[in-house]
Amino acid sequence: MATTLAPVLSDHWDADRSWTLATYEAHGGYRGLRRALTMSPADVVTTVKDSGLRGRGGAGFPTGMKWGFLPAPDGGPRYLVVNADESEPGTCKDIPLMLASPQHLIEGVIITSYAIGCHHAFIYVRGEVVHVYRRLLRAVEEAYAKGYLGTNILGSGYDLELTVHAGAGAYICGEETALLDSLEGLRGQPRLKPPFPAVAGLYARPTVVNNVESIASVPAIVVGGADWFKQMGTERSAGHGLFSLSGHVERPGQYEAPLGITLRELLDMAGGMRGGRQLKFWTPGGSSTPIFTAEHLDVPLDYESVGAAGSMLGTRALQIFDETTSVVRAVTRWIEFYKHESCGKCTPCREGTFWLAQIMQRLERGQGTSADIDLLLDLCDNILGRAFCALGDGATSPVTSAIQYFREEFEAGCHTPADVLFPPERSALFDYTPRRSGAALAGVHA
Amino acid sequence: MSVEELVPRGEGQAHRTSYDEATRARLDAEAAQIIARYPQERSALLPLLHLVQSEDGYVSPRGIAFCAATLGITTAEVSAVATFYTQYKRHPNGEYTVGVCTNTLCAIMGGDAIYEHLCDHLGIGHDETTEDGKITLERVECNAACDYAPVMMVNWEFFDNQTPASAAEVVDRLRAGEDVAPTRGADKVVSFKEMSHVLAGFLDGRADEGVGAGEATLRGTVLAHDEGWTAPPFPGEDEPARAPRTKTTPKAAGATTASAKPRTGGEQSSAERPVTSEKDASASEQDTKQASADAKED
Repeated sequence: MATTLAPVLSDHWDADRSWTLATYEAHGGYRGLRRALTMSPADVVTTVKDSGLRGRGGAGFPTGMKWGFLPAPDGGPRYLVVNADESEPGTCKDIPLMLASPQHLIEGVIITSYAIGCHHAFIYVRGEVVHVYRRLLRAVEEAYAKGYLGTNILGSGYDLELTVHAGAGAYICGEETALLDSLEGLRGQPRLKPPFPAVAGLYARPTVVNNVESIASVPAIVVGGADWFKQMGTERSAGHGLFSLSGHVERPGQYEAPLGITLRELLDMAGGMRGGRQLKFWTPGGSSTPIFTAEHLDVPLDYESVGAAGSMLGTRALQIFDETTSVVRAVTRWIEFYKHESCGKCTPCREGTFWLAQIMQRLERGQGTSADIDLLLDLCDNILGRAFCALGDGATSPVTSAIQYFREEFEAGCHTPADVLFPPERSALFDYTPRRSGAALAGVHA
Repeated sequence: MSVEELVPRGEGQAHRTSYDEATRARLDAEAAQIIARYPQERSALLPLLHLVQSEDGYVSPRGIAFCAATLGITTAEVSAVATFYTQYKRHPNGEYTVGVCTNTLCAIMGGDAIYEHLCDHLGIGHDETTEDGKITLERVECNAACDYAPVMMVNWEFFDNQTPASAAEVVDRLRAGEDVAPTRGADKVVSFKEMSHVLAGFLDGRADEGVGAGEATLRGTVLAHDEGWTAPPFPGEDEPARAPRTKTTPKAAGATTASAKPRTGGEQSSAERPVTSEKDASASEQDTKQASADAKED
């Protein structure tokens, strides 16, 4: 039988006033915390380690192992910081989760903090989602009022403060050390590692930084146990995850499924491609993951299989583009994004994304040169592995993968504008008359 | 905003700001609340800058001086941070920031068309403000709502599934002073200053307004419920992992492929609750369900 959905985090999103504490409790919420408080912190860590939960923010690092990296307590503070700065193009799972069910995250924060011996936790949410911030602030208020936060939580003697912090618009703050600098009131620029945050994180103290979905997955693991979680997914990619389908599909949206489900299965659930058109290319996990094509429809969407097929599972942000879409236009826009969001700290990324954008823009205008493809690849070679953080590395993914699969479109960029090859109005969801690029005639060079 | 308001700081001397006494007292009180949230006061800088925008509508010179004085850092240090983040405005912002997502996915789904149309309609470009001070237009990067593409944000509230016409209608209504409700968010879009006050960490009583989730967010949830798909039950629990919901959609009969007939409401059962009404068990209702299930097979 085909893989089916497995709603855990998304199960009660359609309930009346789903975001309130009362609704969350009516659907089994806070059983995990009660259970955790009867366990030793070390046992909670072990349970999460045994579950095989891996970071849902993109990198896929085992969550329990990350917790285990904290040095032995020295009497000083240690911190949990939740990365809720969801900004990777295509990624749209944490924001709806926090809008619909913020208590899932709050309960996960409390359990995790208890497990790692943290008494002041932070949720760093991007500032561009004011209603999500409202819901989080209100959820924290409700949790304090109910005795889930504050001093002597549920009579356990355990204390926890939780601060929800709004960012101010910077993609780079999704990088965990940049996020910590930002939380300290600085420009959000990544730090040199080591030391890793587990050793010297927030205020140079031992710190765990985890993604929203990772932390929100913890309560059910504590209730159900590691073996319950491992019933879902594959051996090395255990559990459930939110798969976010967007773009040229009939029914885009959030589909929570066991890891290892395929795009073909998800597309079936989502009603197929828009208007029955052909799938051209897609991202398995956001714009920083190399693109896939129709030949990858049956790749199991787990960490290992996607990696073996030449990309990364990332954030399961499945951006889907049909045959009407210019891959050159798509890549140009992604590169402009990386250029805009480069923090400027390291030269390969700051300068590299600037030059990548220049070249992509002239290819999109149909004014590229025959040397541009090699130049792009050479630039990528000088960014990948040489940048300070993953933002620079990620910027090369769309370029190199698009050249790999659609080289002829880049070659066409030497003589024909992308909007002539692929009229933009055909890709849009509504009819309109686009402005044409300046040099619209094929073969005419500026 | 005049330059005289910025008085260089001498040794051991706090910055002067030109807020009147009552305003300064109010800002000081709120700043104290913000600082109290953090183990180290420097962490308060980002929310303090949001607070400044809630007062002045942008990061004003006097606001920079206020932050510096409050945290005991230099105005250069404050400016260095303020200029790093795109939400901090370096000149007076309109009452509403209208941001059209022109990152790849939204752009291709129509975001470029919406942005171009708004430029023409309003007669302004990126980071420019209409003469009436109402609208500041921006191209924005991905705002984590790709399943609702093309997306527009107004004062960082979601306007999903936009068209050039719908976007133009929104800005027209805003300029006419009407209340406008986002697709997913508060009952109305509040002003830039009010929104900034929320981002400084102060609730405005609107958290319970609006929907929990939009249609796209719920697609998987609703499909799973319709098909009777659930996560495995927790050990020792026969019931589904979550309590039965009060609002149920008609369940597709025969959607499960398990060989043994599942217990109603149990694991692998397509129904979440036993039969409780005549309607549940009526032949015509079963036919409807079957027709619905058949349609899904197609």
